[in-house]
Amino acid sequence: MAKIIVVTSGKGGVGKTTSAAAIATGLALRGNKTVVIDFDVGLRNLDLIMGCERRVVYDLVNVIQGEAGLNQALIRDKRVDNLHILPASQTRDKDALTNEGVEKVLDSLSEDFDYILCDSPAGIERGAQLAMYFADEAVVVTNPEVSSVRDSDRILGLLASKTRRAERSQDPIKEHLLITRYNPARVDHGDMLNLEDIREILAINLIGLIPESEAVLRASNQGIPVTHDANSDAGQAYTDTVSRLLGEEVPLRFHEYQKKSLLSRVFGGGRR
Amino acid sequence: MKLLDFLRGERKKSASVAKERLQIIVAHQRSQRDQPDYMPMLERELLEVIRRYVKVDQDAINISLDRDDDCSVLELNVTLPRS
Ligand SMILES: Nc1ncnc2c1ncn2[C@@H]1O[C@H](COP(=O)(O)OP(=O)(O)OP(=O)(O)O)[C@@H](O)[C@H]1O
Ligand SMILES: [Mg+2]
Repeated sequence: MAKIIVVTSGKGGVGKTTSAAAIATGLALRGNKTVVIDFDVGLRNLDLIMGCERRVVYDLVNVIQGEAGLNQALIRDKRVDNLHILPASQTRDKDALTNEGVEKVLDSLSEDFDYILCDSPAGIERGAQLAMYFADEAVVVTNPEVSSVRDSDRILGLLASKTRRAERSQDPIKEHLLITRYNPARVDHGDMLNLEDIREILAINLIGLIPESEAVLRASNQGIPVTHDANSDAGQAYTDTVSRLLGEEVPLRFHEYQKKSLLSRVFGGGRR
Repeated sequence: MKLLDFLRGERKKSASVAKERLQIIVAHQRSQRDQPDYMPMLERELLEVIRRYVKVDQDAINISLDRDDDCSVLELNVTLPRS
């Protein structure tokens, strides 16, 4: 039985796809059989971030509509054993995904995989609700910014009411807060919400903190999830996040502002 | 130094203003979470009716539904301006 984890946020562009790719990669690197599914129908992007865009033949909608088998649509990751990608369709028909269809796909993936990650589209409409509906756990991606925090709270409301676990009165979905694009320098200056404030407002468990990092754009340029960039702050922060998802206790990093000394400023000693 | 302090204080404020605003809006969102879908509409229409008689602001009206096992209580609070 696989664990189903939805990566969601409400607000767009906060780092869901980046995080889904990075976490899926991290889970697979730790030996877990993992599949990451792009639920963003019409706006396929996970394939680019995972670097497999030229190997997409069939997609989630093809499988649901019976035009392809699951094994034909699953793409095996080039770098990590145990890691598979199920791309989204580029169709403009938003109703191409059905509840029953998604359930069937997840059920059969469940037999073979340890973890199923669902990369949710932005918003709170059907697509986002479908991505979260069957989840056991949710990673709520939040930027230190008012609209992102507010939208995350809306998503928490949906997770608690519009999901299978909620409708069946089963144990609620385990909610995790993932703060991304955190800039300790700006927090130190007082012009960015700090992590304690965000955690207090949303009142859920913090699973990780990813700093604003140049490594993320570098990673997406190359189609190599940032987890592979083991020297980078963001790569390490995602690796920590994965460890915590696996139940390990790992101290928080990259949340404190290191004031550059005059010397390092003069000699340009970068931090990464 | 004074100017620096001033600027710094000013900047400190933007994050804490954000926090305060979020605490209020999130508390409001949460209070509405389990409410039936007709509540926003009901609230709007009640406000309209009240406005026919008194000039009140949008946020002067507060409506909530408390559910017990066997009955629900609709609570309506309206802050009227001092006349
Ligand atoms: N930690 C980070 N540091 C710097 N840039 C980041 C970070 N995380 C994400 N980004 C950038 O933010 C942008 C949006 O990221 P991403 O596509 O992962 O968001 P998303 O939530 O999936 O968006 P959408 O809602 O459109 O699906 C990308 O350009 C990405 O490179
Ligand atoms: Mg995305």
